[in-house]
Amino acid sequence: MAAGFKTVEPLEYYRRFLKENCRPDGRELGEFRTTTVNIGYISTADGSALVKLGNTTVICGVKAEFATPPTDAPDKGYIVPNVDLPPLCSSRFRAGPPGEEAQVTSQFIADVIENSQVIQKEDLCISPGKLAWVLYCDLICLDYDGNILDACTFALLAALKDVQLLEVTINEETALAEVNLKKKSYLNIGTHPVATSFAVFDDTLLLVDPTAEEEHLAAGTLTVVMDEKGRLCCLHKPGGSGLNGAKLQDCMSRAVTRHKEVKKLMEEVIKSMKPK
Amino acid sequence: MGPGESNLGPLALQANILTVNGKNATGSLSLPTPVVAEASPAVSPGDTSVLAGVYGPAEVKVSKEIFNKATLEVILRPKTGLPGVPEKSRERLIRSTCEAVVLGALHPRTSITVVLQVVSDAGSLLACCLNAACMALVDAGVPMRALFCGVTCALDSDGTLVLDPTTKQEKEARAVLTFALDSVEQKLLMSTTKGLYSDAELQQCLAAAQAAAQHVFRFFRESLQRRYSKS
Repeated sequence: MAAGFKTVEPLEYYRRFLKENCRPDGRELGEFRTTTVNIGYISTADGSALVKLGNTTVICGVKAEFATPPTDAPDKGYIVPNVDLPPLCSSRFRAGPPGEEAQVTSQFIADVIENSQVIQKEDLCISPGKLAWVLYCDLICLDYDGNILDACTFALLAALKDVQLLEVTINEETALAEVNLKKKSYLNIGTHPVATSFAVFDDTLLLVDPTAEEEHLAAGTLTVVMDEKGRLCCLHKPGGSGLNGAKLQDCMSRAVTRHKEVKKLMEEVIKSMKPK
Repeated sequence: MGPGESNLGPLALQANILTVNGKNATGSLSLPTPVVAEASPAVSPGDTSVLAGVYGPAEVKVSKEIFNKATLEVILRPKTGLPGVPEKSRERLIRSTCEAVVLGALHPRTSITVVLQVVSDAGSLLACCLNAACMALVDAGVPMRALFCGVTCALDSDGTLVLDPTTKQEKEARAVLTFALDSVEQKLLMSTTKGLYSDAELQQCLAAAQAAAQHVFRFFRESLQRRYSKS
């Protein structure tokens, strides 16, 4: 009987739960789904991570290759993120060129990298004007159950922490690059941006970590990306019902708590992994 | 030049009704945002100008139709080059903002298309696009629950707030925040930011944007009054 009511009036069905301050899957309004992270999952990539937020699964693989630095910034390398939402992850995506959702998510990840300065592009330069690293970060969603932005940001951060770059020197005489396969070094991660997403219901209620169903029913979504110093890298609110300043404050405080949770989780995983 | 300094110059609005064949184009408005402190009747170099056209409510493709409300589409064409991923991202932001205010339930199974063409860019482009889209929707007679406006804030390295920054100010700023606010209670409809800033600075920018939004809405009202009193 509940299933019938849910099909006919999904919003009313949800409201019944929200009145009791909980959600159909048993979570509270401010509770995240179980987060698991697996670092160094792909052996063929220079750095990789698999993140699961409940059912939402995103895998990130980072490959480092050589390139000539841009002419307007000869001492900088490149970081190129790309988010792929294949038909495998959800029936709403079709095969073919990247749809709007994938493009918007790719742009969001590129903005987070740029704004938070998680990696200084100067660190990726090997020889100014001649050779630099380019990090291709490919994020693939394996299961889409809402809150793709949080999962992607976390996967990217975890994968970047796992990346080991080989030592490259330019031979003075031959002017060729020599790669020392034995010496590897981790990237210098400046800040740790962590994203927290909310769904806005009925203009007043804010639900943390929405599932795909909740995103569909919500009046709008809001994503806050914060670093460990409490600075905001991104406040992404693509439309939806209006929010006032007080509600935003609640979101900020929740984002701060979430940052601590994620950082602790990542440190535990990295500690359990080393030495490689 | 204390915090809260605003160089939100006067806006100028030109309304041209495009009658392509009298049926399709429902209305268009070009909204230049001059950076100099003089209102310019024509677009001069150094202005951000966006042309907006609204088509609809019109027929929608069966694959895109929604049974209980209108399908909103936004197309943003840059001044030069082909539209790319950043344009797609901005289209999504503008579309979601429009969806929040347009009463789509009054026109189910139809499509409302907003086409924006960037004529010149001298900073605060997204805010200008939002203003143009809103005015074009009003001109087209699309039912809306509120008006919305776009305001851009730039924070420079010592925390000074500048509203409606130029391209140069945006490049040198530590953070650039663009907000879309509604006309009823100045609530935050859309927000997109670049750069690093603190929570307190966000609240400060939001407050400044809400104050600036009042000016923009007053300008919208005056322009519409002028236009409809003439004809």
